[in-house]
Amino acid sequence: MKKKGWKEVPIGGVLKDKGSSVAYNSGSWRSFRPVIDLEKCINCMFCWVYCPDSSVIIKGGLVAGFDLEHCKGCGICAKECPPKVTAITMEPESKGPVCG
Amino acid sequence: MAEPLSIKELAKSEELLVGGHRLCPGCGHSIILRQMLHASEYPLVLAMSTGCLEVCTTIYPYTSWKTPWIHSAFENAAATITGVETMYRALKKKGKIDKDVKFVAVGGDGGTYDIGLQSLSGAFERGHNFVYVCTDNGAYMNTGTQRSSATPFAADTTTSPVGKKIIGKQQERKNLTKIAAAHDIPYAAQASPHNWKDLTMKFRKALEIDGPAFLNVVSPCPRGWRTDASETVNLAKMAVDSCYWPLYEVENGKITINYKPKEKVPIFEWLKVQGRFKHLLKPENEGLVKMFQDKIDRDWEDLQKRAGE
Repeated sequence: MKKKGWKEVPIGGVLKDKGSSVAYNSGSWRSFRPVIDLEKCINCMFCWVYCPDSSVIIKGGLVAGFDLEHCKGCGICAKECPPKVTAITMEPESKGPVCG
Repeated sequence: MAEPLSIKELAKSEELLVGGHRLCPGCGHSIILRQMLHASEYPLVLAMSTGCLEVCTTIYPYTSWKTPWIHSAFENAAATITGVETMYRALKKKGKIDKDVKFVAVGGDGGTYDIGLQSLSGAFERGHNFVYVCTDNGAYMNTGTQRSSATPFAADTTTSPVGKKIIGKQQERKNLTKIAAAHDIPYAAQASPHNWKDLTMKFRKALEIDGPAFLNVVSPCPRGWRTDASETVNLAKMAVDSCYWPLYEVENGKITINYKPKEKVPIFEWLKVQGRFKHLLKPENEGLVKMFQDKIDRDWEDLQKRAGE
């Protein structure tokens, strides 16, 4: 997003575009990405209800995948996926050797 | 009266807190707010006191909110929202608004337990029709973990550092839900994000009530509690199962305990996974763990007694 000059900024610093933060790629923070096996998924939607970054995509009442543009890779979805299901796994973003 | 919603019904509503905010990975705040916003059938106006949630969701020129939102200062989220609510009532009287709108103020524990307490108390006393939600992560996490009056006993923070002389925070925490209920407001409750059913139902109840309502929600903080980001929901669950954070509500003075763990988890299980309590793992600090446990047992017994059980 291009920053506005002082003449274009609304009075009082009011933000008129609701939900404009979607333009920010918080997914770049991620070091592990969630991967879902939709065949195993039972659509309990616990991942959706516990996601801090609103990054579980629901389509037609079913879990459809992740919004990797905004997912920060916290791993709550994989942790809260019921133990008998374990449809979500966290995989490292980097395939190469990790430092240290 | 508000009916509970299933997770599928919650998922049908629009996402009002969108992604791209700068809260840490695994933050409890956005989980709580998302669950609440999905549970509301009314259009909401939010006011927020300074804190992680306020700062991280509205980094200029971005906003993560899709609902009217206002921030003024650290100490006056309650005063701000009651001002907005009063304006709404005046406009409604004049026939300029016919929508049913609800008003919600959100503060962290710093903005509620400490700095915003007087404006919150005033708003309760004036009897405005609003809901105050406190997202309690137990310290000033936004500025790098300074102790607040919600910080638990013996926790390590930058202003109660553990060392040879000091055991971490030397005082007990303030029981704010009790203080809020003591204002004789129609509704005060404690909730936790791991129990979304209970949290969403309490929020829906609070919105329906004519008059002030208070919700105190535990919000695990991976940075300040020194835990893994994926543990957030699990830590909230353990806080409830150990009776550190009992789920209860006070409706017109009547206390109802909403959840009783079948077997109370020893508080040590909750303490040992958090880095801010790692000094309590040392054998010489066993006494502190016992003091912690005793306080919880006392409070839990007192709560049961007050609930008439």
